[in-house]
Amino acid sequence: MSAADPGWNDAEPERLYVITRGRSGLAETTFALVTLIVSRSEPTATMQPEHAAILRICGSPLSAAEISAYLKLPMSVVTVLLTDLLGEERIEARACVPQAILPDRALLEAVIHGLQKL
Amino acid sequence: MDFRSSETVVGPHSADLLPDSATMAVKVVIVGGFGVGKTTLVGSVSEIRPLTTEETMTQAGEGVDDLAGIERKTSTTVAMDFGRISISDEMVLYVFGTPGQERFWFLWNGLFEGALGAVVLVDTRRLEVSFEVIGRLEDRGVPFVVAANAFPQSPTYPTEELRAALDLPPEVPIIACDARTRESSRDVLMALMRYLYDLSTQKLTTPPHLTTPPHLTTPETP
Ligand SMILES: Nc1nc2c(ncn2[C@@H]2O[C@H](COP(=O)(O)OP(=O)(O)OP(=O)(O)O)[C@@H](O)[C@H]2O)c(=O)[nH]1
Ligand SMILES: [Mg+2]
Repeated sequence: MSAADPGWNDAEPERLYVITRGRSGLAETTFALVTLIVSRSEPTATMQPEHAAILRICGSPLSAAEISAYLKLPMSVVTVLLTDLLGEERIEARACVPQAILPDRALLEAVIHGLQKL
Repeated sequence: MDFRSSETVVGPHSADLLPDSATMAVKVVIVGGFGVGKTTLVGSVSEIRPLTTEETMTQAGEGVDDLAGIERKTSTTVAMDFGRISISDEMVLYVFGTPGQERFWFLWNGLFEGALGAVVLVDTRRLEVSFEVIGRLEDRGVPFVVAANAFPQSPTYPTEELRAALDLPPEVPIIACDARTRESSRDVLMALMRYLYDLSTQKLTTPPHLTTPPHLTTPETP
């Protein structure tokens, strides 16, 4: 698994521009790499294929980073697509823990406990 | 053509599906110089086949915009390996491994944002490649631990020698690891979590000796 994964090579700017219809994901802050996405509706035949693909693979929660990996699209493009779907209430976004300066101790305890089982 | 229909996108294996109860995801970032074992560590701890995400970084061209607009911007794709660990029915931990092109990591705003902390993986043969990233993490206030990866040819130094060589404050944990094994890689993450836990405890009580960052009171190493 590396940057040399051939699937990424055809993600050339023109194609990405078409997918996002020219919008950049830069202004969107709703989706972090680890925001969990879950589908709330079925894909339809008339939908843009990338939207349909997201709805199809997000039957169980998947992070935005995983969606980017499976669709082989950069995060900024995925962010635009997710914004569309969220706007139409076709997905649910489970935002990550609000970032404090230092993470909550109960949270850290949970992570330590989880790692011990690994 | 490269048109990709919805059907050609292959999603996760059924064994890799998260339960619907998963509502909370956290992340840590593994940084370090070229070839120090970041991808190996991510692969060792991950419960899923490691995946790759990427972001396109657009940098303004050198100085002034070219009149013809030809050289106005350079785009660089930064790819990131990542893996996933289920912590509980509700919580998932993602582990991101940065690629070797260090100068781009910090352009990717979303990478360190919201991270619990970072692991700086070092090879004791090439400590100098980690100086810059350690400085950047300190500047950004991202808490980190240092893990020295055990390559057969790498000399093993006493922890305090490594600390001095890397100019690290006394409280930053330094651990030895073998990124190829799950246990060792897991222990590195555990060390980070324990350190974060200690930091959060100290923050609540704020003992007087911590009001000055310890590294400011440590004499410069020769
Ligand atoms: N002996 C030994 N070899 C290791 C260890 N960790 C990684 N390696 C090997 O070192 C090489 C580089 O490891 P990677 O995990 O690809 O390193 P990386 O930091 O991801 O490299 P870049 O992404 O290219 O910067 C591989 O051949 C690994 O098998 C370790 O703990 N011990
Ligand atoms: Mg790598």
